[in-house]
Amino acid sequence: MKRKSFLKGLLGFATLAAMPIATIANAQEAIVIGEINHYKRMAAFTAPYKQGIELALEEINGDGGVMGRPLEFIFRDDQGEPGEAIKIAEELMSNEGAVMLTGTILSNVGLAISSYAAEKEYVYLASEPLADALVWSAGNPYTFRLRASTYMQAAMLAEEAAKTDAVTYATIAPNYAYGKDAVAAFKDALTRLRPDVEFVAEQWPGVFKIDAGAEVQALERSKPDAIYNVTFGTDLAKFVREGTDRGLFDGRNVYGLLSGEPEYMDPLGDEAPEGWTVTGYPWQDMTDGPEGEFVAAYQARYDDYPRIGSLVGYMTVQSIAAALEKAGSTEGEAIRAAFEDLTVATPMGDILFRSIDNQSTAGAYVGTTTVRDGKGIMVDWVYKDGADYLLSDEEVMALRPAE
Amino acid sequence: MEFFVAQILTGLANASSLFLVACGLSLIFGVTRIVNFAHGSLYMIGAYVGYSLIQVLPGVVGFWGAILLAGIVVGIIGVLIEMLVLRPVYKAPELFQLVATFGVILVIQDLALIIWGPEDLLGPRSPGLRGVVRIMGEPIPKYDLALLVITPFVALSLWYLMTKTRLGVLVRAATQDREMVGALGVNQAWLFTGVFGLGAALAGLGGALQLPKGGADLLMDFNILTPVFVVVVIGGMGSLPGAYLAAIIISVLNVFGVTYVPQSTLVLMFIVMIVVLMVRPYGLFGREEVAGEHGQVGEPERPIKPASNKARMIVGAGLFLLALLPIFGSSFSLVLATDVLIFCLFAASLHFLLGTGGLVSFGHAAYYGGGAYVAALLVTHANTPMELAFLLAPLGAGLAALAIGWVCLRLTGVYFAMLTLAFAQLIWSLVFQWGDVTGGDDGLLNIWPAEWLKSTSTYFYFTLILAVSGIILLRHIAHSPFGYALRAARDSKRQAEAMGIDTARVQLFAFGFAGLMGGLAGALFVFAKGSVFPNELEIARSFDALIVVFLGGVKTLAGGVVGAGFFKGIEETLLRFEYWRLLMGLLIIFVVIAAPNGVVGSLRKGLERSGLIKAGDQ
Repeated sequence: MKRKSFLKGLLGFATLAAMPIATIANAQEAIVIGEINHYKRMAAFTAPYKQGIELALEEINGDGGVMGRPLEFIFRDDQGEPGEAIKIAEELMSNEGAVMLTGTILSNVGLAISSYAAEKEYVYLASEPLADALVWSAGNPYTFRLRASTYMQAAMLAEEAAKTDAVTYATIAPNYAYGKDAVAAFKDALTRLRPDVEFVAEQWPGVFKIDAGAEVQALERSKPDAIYNVTFGTDLAKFVREGTDRGLFDGRNVYGLLSGEPEYMDPLGDEAPEGWTVTGYPWQDMTDGPEGEFVAAYQARYDDYPRIGSLVGYMTVQSIAAALEKAGSTEGEAIRAAFEDLTVATPMGDILFRSIDNQSTAGAYVGTTTVRDGKGIMVDWVYKDGADYLLSDEEVMALRPAE
Repeated sequence: MEFFVAQILTGLANASSLFLVACGLSLIFGVTRIVNFAHGSLYMIGAYVGYSLIQVLPGVVGFWGAILLAGIVVGIIGVLIEMLVLRPVYKAPELFQLVATFGVILVIQDLALIIWGPEDLLGPRSPGLRGVVRIMGEPIPKYDLALLVITPFVALSLWYLMTKTRLGVLVRAATQDREMVGALGVNQAWLFTGVFGLGAALAGLGGALQLPKGGADLLMDFNILTPVFVVVVIGGMGSLPGAYLAAIIISVLNVFGVTYVPQSTLVLMFIVMIVVLMVRPYGLFGREEVAGEHGQVGEPERPIKPASNKARMIVGAGLFLLALLPIFGSSFSLVLATDVLIFCLFAASLHFLLGTGGLVSFGHAAYYGGGAYVAALLVTHANTPMELAFLLAPLGAGLAALAIGWVCLRLTGVYFAMLTLAFAQLIWSLVFQWGDVTGGDDGLLNIWPAEWLKSTSTYFYFTLILAVSGIILLRHIAHSPFGYALRAARDSKRQAEAMGIDTARVQLFAFGFAGLMGGLAGALFVFAKGSVFPNELEIARSFDALIVVFLGGVKTLAGGVVGAGFFKGIEETLLRFEYWRLLMGLLIIFVVIAAPNGVVGSLRKGLERSGLIKAGDQ
């Protein structure tokens, strides 16, 4: 039974060790931001994201920082687990002296932090998670979201789809919340524009467990005019390969949510799909204006090209810096108030954090895929402003719990 | 009709990799009785090695040569794993080796990340086999047809190896009775190594063969693991024809599931597995586990006795110090301590089942997550006050455990463990799929404690009291008549029944009680975090607990709690390193080899040997 006391001793020791060794005031008095992400579990996505953050930090701190103080990010890995992320959130805020939280890609982790942030009155800027719930049905005053949400991006594709004369649609989406939201949003947005369309098949492969051959056969069987794809990562690669082999995409319009992002398209190499209408990030053609400057600065700094994550990371820092400057304080309540109706100049152009639902108006790039030099790229792309693809204010108010 | 044929062909092609990986696993289990969780990792290495080799070897010959070579390379890696990691722990208690294989998984994950980088690799096409052939008008990829030829060829070769060669005779003999094979003068060590190498090579081959249909990525190890275990269990552990048939059944059913019930993809194979095990408890071609397994492997367990007064005082003092934490600790230290306490209770509830009951459950997260979900659902949908939710959550989890236990307890050993896993997966997919009620993987949010419990330190005390009472209760029950009956059923079912103990009922109640305590831990968890997501019901969560219980020491009363506290503490430290999985994996392997009786068991032995405590002293 002595082991049990040994355990308690160890526990006490662990907690002691975890406590701030000493709250030695940083000589520079940096403003600390807590960043939580799935560094191990989604390494291919988080690495460019982190580089984007670091690039922005170098630029901002090179220009004298925020309110005359350097800005500092503490990066922590949550292994993709919501429970772990909440523990880290508390550690960052109460032990590491963070003034606010940001990060995550996975929606469930984002939602967990958001709920915790509201309870503890910490400000949380959800940088990459896409779930509509984050600002709508589960929205709260302390959570802000930077990226264009699932609904916004699906609505952009629906707008393109509505221009064609396709009537029957088949959908394929991973069998989890993001996939379901993405299909529901596309259906909603498309039927608003074109009440005559019909959805003839819905396929739901398990996320990263696609049985591509069978899915392609099932889609082919419904003989749709057009296909809406939400699969990504290895699922997308398998789906594209089987679909191309079996001629599924021949003579059909295909719409791919996020399929044009370099993170998803580049691993496909010269087998990237051609002629799909997608949302993504066509950095190759960006030479002018703020978007071109960012691409050039990123390539000069890292000897690598930016991914969509890099841009989001960069814009995350810009948004936080702008909010802090506007707040003129590092108090939580001041930062929260500053985020409302905050305008930030970003590589995408000016974006606004709406006070109605805390969603930013950052948009997305929509274009057509093609293969050039053995790589999938987007052509004929346009930037669509997020502000045009949000639900009406009344609908948003109805969705958002009373504040 | 055409469509039907095309679907069956797709299913058969899909069965290929599944069969290769599953038959390797089955072979290894049959001979060594090791449940090799690292088998998915071997499959992943096969894919990565095959990918790299195809980059350097050109042409058709190069492609197929690379695939064969990948199998051989993984076979050699398998031999190394067997000799370095598993050989030292064959004498350890039953199933202890699976913890070692779990350490191997962690090590391989980080090594693959270091060597091949984080990006998914798209598998190279097979030269000359790009495109489709039209069969009855339906397009069938040429490579699928190649797989349709290769798989039966491999299966036949294996059949020849097993039935017509001396090695096959030895393997079959060892599968039936390995002690007898040893007694007849066969060098078991090399037989084990050889079989493990062969099994690994098959997994590697499976990984390399699927490259033209997919690729290599860092998630494929866990993704293949569940279907492979399902196939092996349905086929019967240790049976090659069983694995072949089961791989085909699962793959073909899956293809039809995708077409006719697209939402079913998550649950289908578990339902098949439950149905098969209900009808044939040892799989399609499996045999009842051999009578030689009577009782437990390893040295007999010592009688337990209550803690001495000295020990009680020391624990009391430790708890007193812990209770002072809010005074000298930060708010984060309270959050961390709360997490650790909850995990200790969860581990202790599993330890009760495993150690005292001898019932190895692979699906204990079902009750932990289940408790959390019962509480969260009540709060979300019925506005239940927190206090009532706290009461009902463990009850709900306990009831679920009773129901599941009632079905699972018809089986024993590994089949029992796999059935508990299948039910846990079923509950997971129910929660995952039923978005309207459970929120799917977006979870249930804003489940906060009542006003009087809101502060971090109050909630810490609340957790401290409940978790410690729970752990003491579990310990107390081990000493009660019920605990004695449970241990009797574990050590010798026949003798226990001869003495008039209704072992089935005793074990069922133990299962329900362990579920109840797991549910309590889950309820504590959900109110501490304010939200719950399906990953609290995942296999990974079950294994978190399983591993700490094994590492802490199954055959000691304090094993579960100590293991949980010890490894949670270490994990908390290691997580700050970039390659923490590598370190954690090596640490697990080290503990498995250095302390085959678990941390507590080995510590006790060490102290006894040095004369610091008397033998039998708790």
